[in-house]
Amino acid sequence: MNFGILVNEGPYTHEASDSAYQFCKAALAAGHQIQRVFFYHDGVNNATRLTEPPQDDRNIVNRWSKLAADHKVDLVVCVAAALRRGIKDENLAVGFRISGLGQLIESSIQADRMVTFGD
Amino acid sequence: MSEGQVKKIMYVNRKAPYGTIYALESLEVVLIAAAFDQDVSLVFMDDGVYQLKKGHQTKGIEVKNFQPTYRALDDYDINKLYVEKEALEARGLSEDDMCVPVEVKTAAEIGKLMDEQDVLLSF
Amino acid sequence: MLHIVNKSPLERNTLDSCLAAAQPGAAVLLIEDGVYAATRGNAAEGKLRAALARLEIYVLAPDLEARGMAQVLSDGVKPVDYAGFVDLVAKNRNCQSWL
Repeated sequence: MNFGILVNEGPYTHEASDSAYQFCKAALAAGHQIQRVFFYHDGVNNATRLTEPPQDDRNIVNRWSKLAADHKVDLVVCVAAALRRGIKDENLAVGFRISGLGQLIESSIQADRMVTFGD
Repeated sequence: MSEGQVKKIMYVNRKAPYGTIYALESLEVVLIAAAFDQDVSLVFMDDGVYQLKKGHQTKGIEVKNFQPTYRALDDYDINKLYVEKEALEARGLSEDDMCVPVEVKTAAEIGKLMDEQDVLLSF
Repeated sequence: MLHIVNKSPLERNTLDSCLAAAQPGAAVLLIEDGVYAATRGNAAEGKLRAALARLEIYVLAPDLEARGMAQVLSDGVKPVDYAGFVDLVAKNRNCQSWL
C-alpha cells in the first residue's frame, strides 16, 4: 500500500514529527511504500540543515534525510509556508525539496491512504 | 498525473482564527485544491466555527483579515461547507452569524459524512 | 474508519469531539498525549468505557510506555505498536486526525 504523510509541526516542540517518522519506518518495514511526506505549517522547520541537537538526543532532521536516502522517500516542503519561516534552498537539508501545495493535493489523490500528524 | 480520478476530500477545521495560523494556511490549501477538480468539502467544528463568524476586524492586531477569502470559495466551485450544530450552540452563535452560506449539521451527521470520504485533511 | 486522537482528555476537548462524530464500529487510536485517556483512574475513564461499547479503541503502546502508564492501561483498550498503527491505517478506508 502507498501512504501519503502530512506533517504539520516542527521538530522537538511537538511529538508530531517523531510519530510521523516512526510511522514511516514501520510502514516501510512492513513492505509498504511512502508516496510522499509533505511538510506544512511549522512542519517546514523539519527541513533546516542548521539544526544542531545535543549529542545524546535524536537528530530529527538527519533522520528524515536518511529515510529519503535509504528508501527514496519524497520529502516535500511547502514553499509558501517555508518562505514565511525562513526555510530556503540555501538552508535546506539533504533529501528535502521545496515545492507547492499542489504536491499535497496530488499526494492525497495518488496515495491509498493519507495520514496527518500535527498538534 | 491523475486524470479522471475524483476523490472525496474533506478539510476539517477545528481551530479558531488568528490565535494560530492553522485557519489561514488551511484556507490556502483549499484554494489550491480547487484547481484539481476533486469532490471537495469543508467542515467547521469546535472553535473552527469562529473562522466564519461575521465581522472580523484585524487592523488592531496588524494581521491580514482573510475572511473575504471564504466568500470567494463559491467562485472556485467550493460550496459544500458544513458547520457543526453543537459547536455553534456552545459558542452562542447561529447560522446567521456565519459570513457565508453553510449547512448546519450535528456532530454525528458530520461523522457520517467523514465515513464517506476518501481523504480527510485536518489542520 | 480510523480516528486518531493525540491530545490529553484533560487538556482539550479533542476526544469528546472525536467520540461525538465517530460512527458505531469505527476504530479510535490514541497516540501521543491522547494515551492518557486509556488509563485507569483518569477522569475520562467513564467516557472511554462508554465508548468501548460501540467503538474499537486502540492505544499506541510506545507512547503509553514512554509516559510510565503501561501498568494502568484500561481494560478493553487494545495496545498496538507502530506496525499495528500502520495496519490500522491500511485496513480502514480512511482516517481522521483530531488535531
